[in-house]
Amino acid sequence: MIYLLDIMLIALTAALINNFVLYYFVGICPFVGVSRKVEMAFGMGLAVTFVISIAAFISWSITTMVLMPGAPLSAFIAGFFLSKEAAATIDLTILSYIVYIFAIASSVQFVEMYVRKFFPLLYNSFGVFLPLITTNCAILFACLTIMSHVVGVENPKNVWDLGRAITLAFFGGVGFTIAIVIMSGIREELELCDIPEPFQGAAITLVIGGILAIAFMGFTGVDSGIRNALMPETTARVSIKTPEQTLFFDNEVVSIKSHSNQIGVQ
Amino acid sequence: MADQPTAFERFVQGILPENPVYRQLLGLCPTLAVTNGMKPALTMACSVAFVLLCANIVISLIRDLLKPHLRIVVFTLTIATFVTIADRFLAAYLFQMSKTLGPYIPLIIVNCLIICRCEVCASKQSVFTAAADAIGQAIGFGLALSSIAAVREILGTGMFFGMRVLPEVWPDWVIMVLPPGAFLTLGLLLGLVNWVGIIKSRRSS
Repeated sequence: MIYLLDIMLIALTAALINNFVLYYFVGICPFVGVSRKVEMAFGMGLAVTFVISIAAFISWSITTMVLMPGAPLSAFIAGFFLSKEAAATIDLTILSYIVYIFAIASSVQFVEMYVRKFFPLLYNSFGVFLPLITTNCAILFACLTIMSHVVGVENPKNVWDLGRAITLAFFGGVGFTIAIVIMSGIREELELCDIPEPFQGAAITLVIGGILAIAFMGFTGVDSGIRNALMPETTARVSIKTPEQTLFFDNEVVSIKSHSNQIGVQ
Repeated sequence: MADQPTAFERFVQGILPENPVYRQLLGLCPTLAVTNGMKPALTMACSVAFVLLCANIVISLIRDLLKPHLRIVVFTLTIATFVTIADRFLAAYLFQMSKTLGPYIPLIIVNCLIICRCEVCASKQSVFTAAADAIGQAIGFGLALSSIAAVREILGTGMFFGMRVLPEVWPDWVIMVLPPGAFLTLGLLLGLVNWVGIIKSRRSS
């Protein structure tokens, strides 16, 4: 029950509350660049969701098997050269960025070849976007978020398993699709509007993105509300642990936080 | 290589005429994410400058060895190496800042700005030109980041670099330091820059 609730909250948080595009600003380049037609935006969203789930699976496996301190595979290999105690403490997390970006790039290549061979229809709908996805921040961001929940977590109960990792990635992709499809719908209507010359193109897209982000702020607090309603006895467990990215001034933190909570409650 | 711009041209172009954020719309992800204060914005600009300079120099040195179909992979792996160095450095000497910037430091790897500069300049021109290009682009990126951060920090908290510049009665526009403010500020500033450009081109013609 707790596990199911956790999965549900992770999904809700990733897709709506902390939307990848409108809250974390990852995947802005396609959001501005590819959001002219609804069909194209939907194809891009599908491709990202597809790749991000595969990348989450790969990065979770690599992190738990190889990179983590005391990971089974690296400890086994190091066991040939070192004593048992030394082999168990091997920590390869410093290599994580290089490994992730390599895993993403190669999985995109493989996915492209596989889809082209076996699903030609699917390839026609999102094939052109696949190579672009390698440099889409959303994929790497999902890998890094999963890593922050696997490596360096004190309580072993809070370490994410594969199910949580893939849920986060898949619904992050869904959230990306939602945002980019809404945006492209608005931009199709904008074609008929008389926009001032300096604002044509990217500028008006960003302003609309800001208004969409205000709309998505309305979801703030939904997750804690659901958790309190369904299981009031548990202390507030954060479902997606993120660095406090919104606030940088120590003395201002409290006031702004309480303010954003008020917005959520209203 | 007669048609390629010289080192000085590359340097000047990066700062305003081909500003990475306002003109080329590259690297928007950190531009929006870390600009709710001057300090994180400048830290981000410095990290990007370091990575861009090192990556441009290395790519320029090995440009004759690059195979066309593998070049993007080589670019990303080179960048990832330097990003790891920058990330470890921040974690060692500016721990609090590295916590605040969080995942956005590793996300420099997929910053289109750096890959684009490697592709456009470093993989074709000499080391000196590539370094000048990297410095110019980095200054342009830093200027863009600090302009957005200044607007957001002053309107959002009434402070600049943590010092109060607006009077106490100023009702802090909290929305400016929250995510929507980033979109709005960048959109409006982009419109402003385009407007100035249009006026200039009209006057000259």
